[in-house]
Amino acid sequence: MITAHDITKTFNAGKPNEFSAVRGVSLTIDFHRATVLKGPSGSGKTTLLSIVGCMARPTAGRIFLGNREITSLPERFLTEIRRRTFGFIFQQFNLIRGLTVLENVMAPAYPTGEKFPVLRKRAQEYLDLFDLGSKAASKIEWLSGGEAQRVAIARALINNPSIIIADEPTAHLDSKLSHEFMAIMRRLKADGKTIVLASHDPIVYDSDLADSVIEMRDGQLTSTGSLP
Amino acid sequence: MSNVIERQRHIIDFTLSSLLRRKGKNSALLAVYTLIIFILASVLFFSHALRSEAGLVLRDTPEIIVQRTMTGRYQPIPLAYAGKIGDIRGVISVRPRLWGYYYDANFLANYTLVVPGENPPEPGTIDIGSGISKLREAYPGDTIGFTGFDGKPRDYVIRKVVSDESQLVSADLILISEADYRSLSGIPANQAIDLVLKVRNPKEYTTIAEKIRRLLPDTRPIIRNEILRTYDAVFSWRSGLVIVIFSAAALAFVIFAWDKATGLSAEERKEIGILKAIGWETSDILQMKFWEGLAVSLTAFLLGVILAYCHVFFASSFIFAPVLKGWSTLYPQFKLAPIINFGHVAAIFFLTVVPYTITTIIPSWRAATIDPDAVMR
Amino acid sequence: MAARHSSTYLAVTGGLLSLLVVLVVHAHYGEKAAGPALAGMARLVGSLELTDLCLFTEASYTRHLAMTDLTTPFQDSPFAFEHFPTGALVSPPEQIVRDHVQRH
Repeated sequence: MITAHDITKTFNAGKPNEFSAVRGVSLTIDFHRATVLKGPSGSGKTTLLSIVGCMARPTAGRIFLGNREITSLPERFLTEIRRRTFGFIFQQFNLIRGLTVLENVMAPAYPTGEKFPVLRKRAQEYLDLFDLGSKAASKIEWLSGGEAQRVAIARALINNPSIIIADEPTAHLDSKLSHEFMAIMRRLKADGKTIVLASHDPIVYDSDLADSVIEMRDGQLTSTGSLP
Repeated sequence: MSNVIERQRHIIDFTLSSLLRRKGKNSALLAVYTLIIFILASVLFFSHALRSEAGLVLRDTPEIIVQRTMTGRYQPIPLAYAGKIGDIRGVISVRPRLWGYYYDANFLANYTLVVPGENPPEPGTIDIGSGISKLREAYPGDTIGFTGFDGKPRDYVIRKVVSDESQLVSADLILISEADYRSLSGIPANQAIDLVLKVRNPKEYTTIAEKIRRLLPDTRPIIRNEILRTYDAVFSWRSGLVIVIFSAAALAFVIFAWDKATGLSAEERKEIGILKAIGWETSDILQMKFWEGLAVSLTAFLLGVILAYCHVFFASSFIFAPVLKGWSTLYPQFKLAPIINFGHVAAIFFLTVVPYTITTIIPSWRAATIDPDAVMR
Repeated sequence: MAARHSSTYLAVTGGLLSLLVVLVVHAHYGEKAAGPALAGMARLVGSLELTDLCLFTEASYTRHLAMTDLTTPFQDSPFAFEHFPTGALVSPPEQIVRDHVQRH
């Protein structure tokens, strides 16, 4: 499990516009389960996600990935852990414009130096899995919203991470596509992956996929209830 | 090891995809960069090859030439001077040299008349340079008419055409007998154009030149070293045209580098953030920028230098032809021997590839080190 | 599927580098091969007592750079513009500059 002890994240420390996005948060995220962070925008969900996912360091507190403390690892190690363990799906998708779908999906694996034919085959397989096989050579600007999101998911999976993190995944989707997204998450969880979602969309936090819902407001937890 | 190579190749793949997004702009950039390097390299190759060839070809030029000057211009020299100069210690021989110019109004061309010391043509015949032969379509056996100093016409039969292989020194020559020369030019029998000296010891050139100047104050000795160094000044960096070309090239490079160095656009910054968020390290980002700079500048350098070499040594520098011809109607073909100074090539490399690559990497340094979570916001 | 970009790039760059090497070799042998022709010209220069290359036949002072004096290029006056285009390609020979400097 991922354990966080008393995490605080403060931005612009010492300056007049100093503010704490996360204050004294402690929580546990179980592996092979789906955890949802619920709360309005500005509650600190995104910041907490980025700390959990090794993308940012907390200002105070400690965080453990399994038995290993990752709070103050040097950037290189942190990046490697992040690359191997986590797959991120951003709210804005953040696909790289001008590149093809396939290139976007393969990009996170470039620094590993994996052999090209192997990597390309795996990327194509993920695209096929999400019904995007024929779009492999398309530029991402030509994709619909739903297709773009599935590309973002495929990209998050390319390094075979054990933990998937998604920030407000349904924010730009209609209900049909939101339900499709949740179906994909269900499949991934069935494959043994750990899912962490941040959302203020009931389709996400009220779904039966969520094993644990953690509520946040103003940078602090208001409840850490597990659903039966 | 193969892991490292494959990683570099992935990064190159990404960099090229990135550059190909703005195909038009980057192609134009590459083309202009190549063009500038091409011109720069062409000028350097041409001038070095020409200077080297001049040095080799003129190495047996007269040791000392004595001209006579009046009111600052050189005038025919009295043969009587030869006796006085011959008495100077160290001078082996003094001979008169007869040469001059002939302006051919029919063809708007200037020829150089020379009376050869050895094997001169018979009176009534001349040898002509290959350039004159081509210009006038005149061959051995044909007759050419010239107008003398007195306005009267004179005809000469062409004995032979000097080989085209030596056109760099002989294209415009007319080799003529002394009698015909004096008749054509009007130079009296007791004068020559200048005097040619043979000297026992080459180290004495300057000393003997000094003595001649003191002995005959209205003369101007020119020594062999000075003749050879004249050609170092041709196309030297101080000559007007070369300064213009080099300044333009330097300005262009500065502009390119400046464009790169003035930081990244917001879009580029965002993209670096995305790459960091999906798992690229700072070093990966910087390597990408390195390849971005190198891809353009190295390709431009190689293309530019290769094209310049072909331009100068296979195509006789035809692009410079209008400049080199000026108003001449008779000009050599500039088929130069491929004598290269590798220092020039290295200098071009360090001037064009290194700064451009560095100015592509440096502005990205800051962006490459931002925390990846910035892209989440 | 099309070749990887890096394959194309490395192939092109490799090709250009090889071409450069070929030209370097060409220069090396070409310089040697030009020897006889250059030697022939040197002999001609020696026997005809020539002092200049036949490069710019426009004017007397562009044709015989080594022989020219200070005033000829200026023709009419010291402030006259360069009459002949190729005059812009050559600096005045050292001997003229030196003599001129010494006298003033």
